[in-house]
Amino acid sequence: MALKTYIEAIRDALIEEMDRAPNMLVLGEDIQEGGVFRATDGMLERFGPQRVLDTPLAESSIVGVSIGMATNGCLPVAELQFADFAYPAFNQLISEAARWRYRSYNGWGCPMVVRIPYGAGIRGAMYHSQSIEAMLAHVPGLKVVMPSTPYDAKGMLKAAIRDPDPVIYLEHKRAYRMLKEELPDGDYTVPIGPARLRREGDDITVISYGLMAHECLQAAEELAAEGIDATVLDLRTLAPLDRDAIVAAARRTGKALIVHEDNLTGGFGGEIAAIIAEHAFDDLDAPVRRLATPDVPAMPFNGALEDFLLPSREKIADAMRDLAAY
Amino acid sequence: MTTTDTRLESGTSDLYLSMYRDMVRSRVLSDRMFALNRQGRAAFAVTGQGHEAAQVGSAYALTAGADWVLPYYRDVGVLVALGMKPYDILLGLFAKAGDPTSGGRQMPCHWSWPEMRVVTRSSVIAANLPHAAGIAYASKLLGRGEVTIVYFGEGATSEGDFHEAVNFAAIHQLPVVFFCENNGYAISESQEKQMAILHVADRARGYGIEGQTVDGNDALTVLQTTRWVIEECRRGLGPKLIEAKTYRYAPHTSSDDDRRYRTRAELEEWTRKDPIDRLRNRLLADGVLTPDADGAIRAAAQREIDEAVEAAERAPDPPDDDAFRYVFAEDA
Ligand SMILES: Cc1ncc(C[n+]2csc(CCOP(=O)(O)OP(=O)(O)O)c2C)c(N)n1
Ligand SMILES: [Mg+2]
Repeated sequence: MALKTYIEAIRDALIEEMDRAPNMLVLGEDIQEGGVFRATDGMLERFGPQRVLDTPLAESSIVGVSIGMATNGCLPVAELQFADFAYPAFNQLISEAARWRYRSYNGWGCPMVVRIPYGAGIRGAMYHSQSIEAMLAHVPGLKVVMPSTPYDAKGMLKAAIRDPDPVIYLEHKRAYRMLKEELPDGDYTVPIGPARLRREGDDITVISYGLMAHECLQAAEELAAEGIDATVLDLRTLAPLDRDAIVAAARRTGKALIVHEDNLTGGFGGEIAAIIAEHAFDDLDAPVRRLATPDVPAMPFNGALEDFLLPSREKIADAMRDLAAY
Repeated sequence: MTTTDTRLESGTSDLYLSMYRDMVRSRVLSDRMFALNRQGRAAFAVTGQGHEAAQVGSAYALTAGADWVLPYYRDVGVLVALGMKPYDILLGLFAKAGDPTSGGRQMPCHWSWPEMRVVTRSSVIAANLPHAAGIAYASKLLGRGEVTIVYFGEGATSEGDFHEAVNFAAIHQLPVVFFCENNGYAISESQEKQMAILHVADRARGYGIEGQTVDGNDALTVLQTTRWVIEECRRGLGPKLIEAKTYRYAPHTSSDDDRRYRTRAELEEWTRKDPIDRLRNRLLADGVLTPDADGAIRAAAQREIDEAVEAAERAPDPPDDDAFRYVFAEDA
């Protein structure tokens, strides 16, 4: 066992998989120098410039060449520097990678991982703070994972690298150094797909994913002291989605709160709420609630405004109290 | 590379002094913005130390308020030359209410100034190059004599948007200047990792337009070249691409550690080519500037920035519900 931060867990997964698979490579902007968040720190020295590849500043080609590499026997793990800069690559992700297998009637596969740092709370302003999961999870053919712990970060990245299809791996920037955990030495994977119950309680159910799942768990611990006992479900994977776990968790308490950092309208919470409405309606004791960032185009740089907009532990706790009292 | 070695034109000494003053003000302001970040008083800084000749020299070739300007985050000097007050730039640094560029929404130095036809841009590299082509198309369609200039780093020329914008502008012979501040790095990536050519200007030929490489640390050369290119654009002989070779003295942003990828020797070498020293020496040699006058210019810049910091830091934050304004037009 060793204490690892979220970003160390990611780096360890990359290095261990590179050791295991000589056809794997990592590529992206500033990757050789370690990447702007240092996820690939030290990898150039270990694996050389052909497998730790600095690309030009051109996201469409980062994903486009990755698709080609994957098609011809490599295992590319691309890094897009910020979620906010993934859009130039959306054409390649959505038109190409997502439809690669389907449109060739299984003639071609695209075993590729695209790592994308997302999320706010670091005073990153409008273009270094966005959450983009709803847009990606909407597209059949892409798998979308958002681990909330260092353990899952490592195990799910390994599972993503070994997956035969394109996996979008969303990692919260604020989690990188904030989350630490004792991790087992050596190889393990965490499967893509299954959600995980982080806490069991009979009063209310909170459903979330990514860093917000961590915040929800913290809020639930706080509320336990007040006598409100919450179930916290961490989805971990948005596509393919663990619908059964969502329905079971909602049924258990009859009161569901969905939390995400992405903005409300058309956010992934709407999908979760629809699943609950369709499959757990008879067990509900309260309307399904959603806590999300309000519908503004992006996070302002001003710190007070960012705090005002962003879901926080306190706002989650308030929403939980509210729901428990319903 | 074009270099100027003519005597200063007569009757222009005021202009050169004014350029020099703006380069000094831009440097002092940039240094201060970085320092404020290091002191924990500003959440982020991105600045233009080293690029002053390219920025101020080119901006002085524009007809301010008539020509369209699409600067990038490093262009403190362009905005200072266009007349934006350091106080206003600092309101952006501190993300205060009244920040004219974004009302405290964008990172510092993400310019917008409608009165001066400075068009808003995102952080997304190269995304505004097609906007420049579109603005220039409108100028042509509507029969206006204005010219558009868009600024970007050499890193931006790897993006599809760069190529698509230059191609569009070339097809329609638009009055637009693509001004590249080539500092040899896109964050940590040196130029060899970004392109297989020596000069960004060489990209122009592939689209059927003229590209020129200039010494971006020589303000007078930049001024002269940009003036000529803008004149050509006004006469309907655009578009053009200018590549100003320069170097940034500070890390990429306050979040970057440039010691990881640049040698101190390289930095030293470029420090000896400081664009501000270069213009100062030229003006001193030509008797346009005296050491005393230089001292006064520097002292005035320090005072001006001190006062602006003091005032901007005390300015109020926007109120919470300001976060909901202008998602759409309010008077529609
Ligand atoms: C589309 C996009 N991808 C990545 C980034 C992150 N990023 C910000 S600046 C930069 C390098 C830009 O280099 P260059 O264009 O040469 O300008 P310089 O900063 O050197 O002046 C990168 C990669 C971004 N802002 N936008
Ligand atoms: Mg550059």
